[in-house]
Amino acid sequence: MLRMLHAVAALLALALVPAAQAAQKEREVSIGLQAAITSIDPHYHNLSPNNSLLLHIFEPLVKRDANQKMIPGLATSWRAIDDLTWEFKLRKGVKFHDGTPFTAEDVVATYKRVPNVPNSPSSFATFTKPIVETRIVDPYTIIFKTAAPHVLLPSDLGSVYIVPKAIAEKATTEDFNSGKAAIGTGPYKFVEYVPNQRVVMKANYGYWGGEEPWDKVTFKILTNAAARVAALLSGDVQMIETVPTSDIAKLSSDKNFNLADKVSNRVIYVHLNQRDDKTVPFVTAKDGKPLDRNPFKDVRVRKALSMAINREAIADRIMEKKAVPAAQLLPDFFYGTSKKLKPPKYDPEGAKKLLAEAGYPNGFAMTIHGTNNRYINDDKIAQAIAQFYSRAGIDAKVETMPSSVYFTRATKGDFGYMILGWGTESGEQGSSLRSLLATYDPAKGMGVTNRARYSNPEFDKVLNDALVTMDDKKREAQIQHAAEIVMNDVGLIPIHYEVSTWATVKGLKYTPRTDQYTLATELKPTGK
Amino acid sequence: MLAFTIRRLGQSLLVLLVMSFLVFLGVYAIGNPVELLVNPQADAIERARATAALGLDKPMLEQYWVFLSRAAHGDLGRSFVFNIPAIQLILDKLPATLELAFCAMVIAVTIGIPLGLVAGLKPNSFIGRAIMAGSIFGFSLPSFWVGLVLIMVFSVQLGWLPPNGRGETVMLLGIPVSFLTLDGLRHIAMPAVNLALFKLSLLVRLTRGSTREAVLQDYVKFARAKGLSQRRVVGVHVLKNILIPIVTVIGLELGSVIAFAIITESIFAWPGSGKLLIDSINQLDRPVIVAYLLVIVTIFIGINFVVDVLYSVLDPRVRLGAAAAAH
Amino acid sequence: MSIAVEPADAPVAPEPREQSPWRRFASEFAESKLALLGLAMLLAIATIAITAPWISPQNPYDLAQLDVLDSKLAPGEHSSSNGKTYWLGTDDQGRDMLSGIFYGLRISLIVGVSSTVIALAVGLALGLAAAYFGGWVDAIVMRIADIQLSFPAILIALVLLAVLGQGVDKIIVSLVTVQWAYYARTVRSAALVERQKEYIEAARVLALSRPRIVLRHLLPNCLPPLIVVATVQVAHAIQLEAALSFLGLGLPITEPSIGLLISNGFQYLLSGKYWISFYPGVALLLTIVAINLVADQLRDVLNPRLKK
Repeated sequence: MLRMLHAVAALLALALVPAAQAAQKEREVSIGLQAAITSIDPHYHNLSPNNSLLLHIFEPLVKRDANQKMIPGLATSWRAIDDLTWEFKLRKGVKFHDGTPFTAEDVVATYKRVPNVPNSPSSFATFTKPIVETRIVDPYTIIFKTAAPHVLLPSDLGSVYIVPKAIAEKATTEDFNSGKAAIGTGPYKFVEYVPNQRVVMKANYGYWGGEEPWDKVTFKILTNAAARVAALLSGDVQMIETVPTSDIAKLSSDKNFNLADKVSNRVIYVHLNQRDDKTVPFVTAKDGKPLDRNPFKDVRVRKALSMAINREAIADRIMEKKAVPAAQLLPDFFYGTSKKLKPPKYDPEGAKKLLAEAGYPNGFAMTIHGTNNRYINDDKIAQAIAQFYSRAGIDAKVETMPSSVYFTRATKGDFGYMILGWGTESGEQGSSLRSLLATYDPAKGMGVTNRARYSNPEFDKVLNDALVTMDDKKREAQIQHAAEIVMNDVGLIPIHYEVSTWATVKGLKYTPRTDQYTLATELKPTGK
Repeated sequence: MLAFTIRRLGQSLLVLLVMSFLVFLGVYAIGNPVELLVNPQADAIERARATAALGLDKPMLEQYWVFLSRAAHGDLGRSFVFNIPAIQLILDKLPATLELAFCAMVIAVTIGIPLGLVAGLKPNSFIGRAIMAGSIFGFSLPSFWVGLVLIMVFSVQLGWLPPNGRGETVMLLGIPVSFLTLDGLRHIAMPAVNLALFKLSLLVRLTRGSTREAVLQDYVKFARAKGLSQRRVVGVHVLKNILIPIVTVIGLELGSVIAFAIITESIFAWPGSGKLLIDSINQLDRPVIVAYLLVIVTIFIGINFVVDVLYSVLDPRVRLGAAAAAH
Repeated sequence: MSIAVEPADAPVAPEPREQSPWRRFASEFAESKLALLGLAMLLAIATIAITAPWISPQNPYDLAQLDVLDSKLAPGEHSSSNGKTYWLGTDDQGRDMLSGIFYGLRISLIVGVSSTVIALAVGLALGLAAAYFGGWVDAIVMRIADIQLSFPAILIALVLLAVLGQGVDKIIVSLVTVQWAYYARTVRSAALVERQKEYIEAARVLALSRPRIVLRHLLPNCLPPLIVVATVQVAHAIQLEAALSFLGLGLPITEPSIGLLISNGFQYLLSGKYWISFYPGVALLLTIVAINLVADQLRDVLNPRLKK
């Protein structure tokens, strides 16, 4: 009798344990991503989708919050001891996924690996290059020395994810992709990676940051927008990123879904080719004859072109309210932005007057060039801008093309009026001003993406001074001043900041971010 | 027969060579892969490093030569984007596409030819006309449109079928296939139908046309006069004689279905090589584009070879190989 | 399953007087009511396409006439700026759908028909040559066709786009490049069969010149399968252009074809603004149905093997 009771109890236990496990395993979620990641190796490709997804498995010394402000990551604090020296204090008690403890040795080994990843199409070396000397004071304190004052060091190191020393010394990109080397300190552990299809991870129950709401997360790559929305509607995934603007109205009125949005760090802008004083491609008089000089070199023409764009209409009708008209490179709650800069009011008559003043009373003709598969509604924005210009007396044609063709030609200087986008990864405006508007000087790393070859010596001077000022407050004022100089001179025409939208099923809530990252750590059940 | 095969082989190698060169030229003409891959904030040193790492700093002819010498050893290069051997990326994805193409062709053939036969044998009946009308719908609607409608109806509204992805796979002769599992069939149903629709309509029309002609031929009258049953007349004599143009079209379409099921794969997120190709083209991932096209050309050549052999089997009037040119 | 075979329609016996071949052709053609319907539709569509600039309420290619504030209006709504009624609604740039369809038909028909005709001519010539001459001519043409067929239309379109720029003519060149090999292969296979037949032997024995044999004897008998393929290919060409537009490689976006209109409206299907994709889709459907109704009857009438 007793034996039978034992047997029954054992059987019951066996039956209940899977049920208990099943109850625990139920916290699973699938997320639909818009862009494919290219590797699990965190130092292989500096690409936003990679950085976003790998943040679940690995962590950097410095992390960023939802507004891209720096917060402690694997480093608990940092300070500049002098102009050329930084001290970072590391977090104690952190373990990698394989159980080994995290110490300063892992940081040093990681930074050594970064410039040496073979075949990297876009390496992270730019972030570790400024460091010329590293000194380990104790297992949780590191000193970095730079050759020149480098104020952005903490922010730069925020992009480099730490791996264990043994892995940093030996692992190849293949080892990461297969999972063998995918050992980090993050809240989730690697389970599976099928290129171009999905990534699966499971919870890291010993994570230093506390418990995560999910036991298992599956990321599905659904690049086609309609397919992504269909996956959400049919229950195949519980959240999607980059909701197409055409579906936002429907989803927001549907009680089965929640939408979360936030203005992002991506600005859509126009670069006007100013390489030559006399000629500019694709710009002519209305009868087709060439003009006697490059109109884009005249600040009045640039101002006119900026005020002839109805940014409100674009944000409202083209972007379905998912855009914020822009006056500079970042929304004005970011570091280095000036609250004095406001988007110009839509004024086609004023634009015509300015054009007449500049010597173009009848306007001129030009072709607007843009991509059709890179930024949200990029080809529609181009067409809308052309419409507005036709009301300001400018004959505008539109030519859009895939990014594979566009960027090469834009960089070569083939175009006159170029629509482009820029996302500021560092979370502050100074580095973006430098890349897009400083006088082109690739050896010094200035104006690297200044396809217009815009050049303003006064702006250059103020910006260069700012970039070596170590004091945060002083530097911010200098960057703001530089921004005001260059935007008043219309170095480029900012159009709007993209607003990123995420859609979740009812009962889940996503806390949105300006860097457009989609993190399972920010997705929580609401219990509603 | 042997001479024919050997000559075909030689010609095929020439084709592969020309293809690879054309693709090199083509990608070179489109744009610079480094522009698309490198972080926009990277400085000139970083761009130079990336260019050199991908071997793009050398002149095009030298790059082609490097590619050829490596290809001779079976190494078709590594993807610029994924840093995985290109051939491995493709072979990983190819079974999914082959499976989809195969299912689509099976649907098209098993439904299209019988329907076309019926329409050809009774061209003026209601059913004959209805079939023809239906076939017009089949090829006049763009496939991306039909795909989305299928998803809207069967996944979103009815919830019967999953909207994307491939189902569970089992190994068949060492290749993972999904149509042998129930879950796999649920996933492949819509994409296969979407892909099959155009070919199905084409086959219906082609079969009908050829059947109508064949039925009026002497040999059919003769067969009937001999007292053969209707089933034998149609099933053996008519069918055999209309098969040549049909086999040609099936061969052509099979190749195109395998190579370019791009739109269907995009909409249904079917993890096949068509999607890989369009992504590689958009990112100018040249090693993958070259490797992919070489694989496809090889498949095409294989299919054409089989088709040509089938001709000689089906129609003794066709002689392959060294048939002298008519004077 | 037993299938009763019905005889084909017997042609109406002509008057005892001499009837010109054209009149006979016309009367045979007119036997099918459906074909006449198709012809009527085709004429209507062609008329619309030709007269589009005069009958459209708006020129959808003129950016000065578009207003983005009027975008995505439902059918029957009025413009906010000039009181015009948009009978079929507007798309996301404020283009009147009705005008867009008229102009789009124009471009789609031009692209579809001309690329098919040119590809047919090129493929026919090369395929016939390959079948007739055999030997290395056959080998070269067929191997080039193999290469051709293996090239994705997308890659060709992209290369042409990068090198030559956008435009209707470049799209036609892309479509021709993609399609000619298809015809060549079909012609060659049919010609291979014909070449062995007795009438060709007879022509050779009679020492007829080679071009004469090819053009007057071989060609007409290879045409029937080609015509079937060609009629479907017009539809295919229009669809291919729509697919290229869907992928961003087609015509300039400010001058949309029917295919581009459909692919532009595609993203709104799930959100209820169906008219942006639906009405152009209906227009495309009607066009292709019309083409095929006419072509079906044409083929039946012209087919020597259907004559009794």
